[in-house]
Amino acid sequence: MNDISASPIDVLAVVDSVKSPAVGAIDVFIGTTRNHSKGREVTSLEYEAYVPMALKNMTEIADTARQLWNLHEVSIVHRIGKVAIGEPSIVIAVSSSHRDEAFRACRFLIDQLKLRVPIWKREYFADGTFEWSLQTHEQFAATEKP
Amino acid sequence: MKKRSITIRLKLFSSARELAGFDERLLEVPSNSPSDAVINYLTRQNPQFERWRPSLRIAVNLQYVDSQHPLQDGDEVAVLPPVSGG
Repeated sequence: MNDISASPIDVLAVVDSVKSPAVGAIDVFIGTTRNHSKGREVTSLEYEAYVPMALKNMTEIADTARQLWNLHEVSIVHRIGKVAIGEPSIVIAVSSSHRDEAFRACRFLIDQLKLRVPIWKREYFADGTFEWSLQTHEQFAATEKP
Repeated sequence: MKKRSITIRLKLFSSARELAGFDERLLEVPSNSPSDAVINYLTRQNPQFERWRPSLRIAVNLQYVDSQHPLQDGDEVAVLPPVSGG
């Protein structure tokens, strides 16, 4: 179950979606919105996605994880729109027979998502300004493209 | 007769959308244009795009492509600034 949601993510529903009797381990990553960025106070965040491509990429990285590890189910849900501080912006749940594979796959999925899935975060600061987050275009130009 | 030009749907996101001032536009380009023809187009609209060029990625029909990927009639071409999901 992969989804991009404009409403708050139901974390337990994401966890439930990977449950099955054959599963011995469920690993969950929850990314939450932070109240500070590079020393500045953040008051709220907003996410934008190229929805059809983001969903396609989420399916692709989930399929890659299934090929690398023996997984039962993978669910990735990302929030878009305005998100208050402290709320989940992404929930990834992975189930497998044994814990090691679930841990590794979950880490892989969040790292891949951050590299390639077309979603953008904008931070609103306490001083009333806002900016698109993370790498500047200049910083990005100095790194290798995934 | 061979078609001399094609129509593509240009889509912009995040900072690229804001710099250009629009989110979607139908564009007529010469047939066999490389994908980075859309960056050339944006640079003509706003020279600031030239500085961003190295960091912008292009997706055609929901798939990342390189800058020389040949465009075809009806393609959806998206210009994607550095992503920051998670």
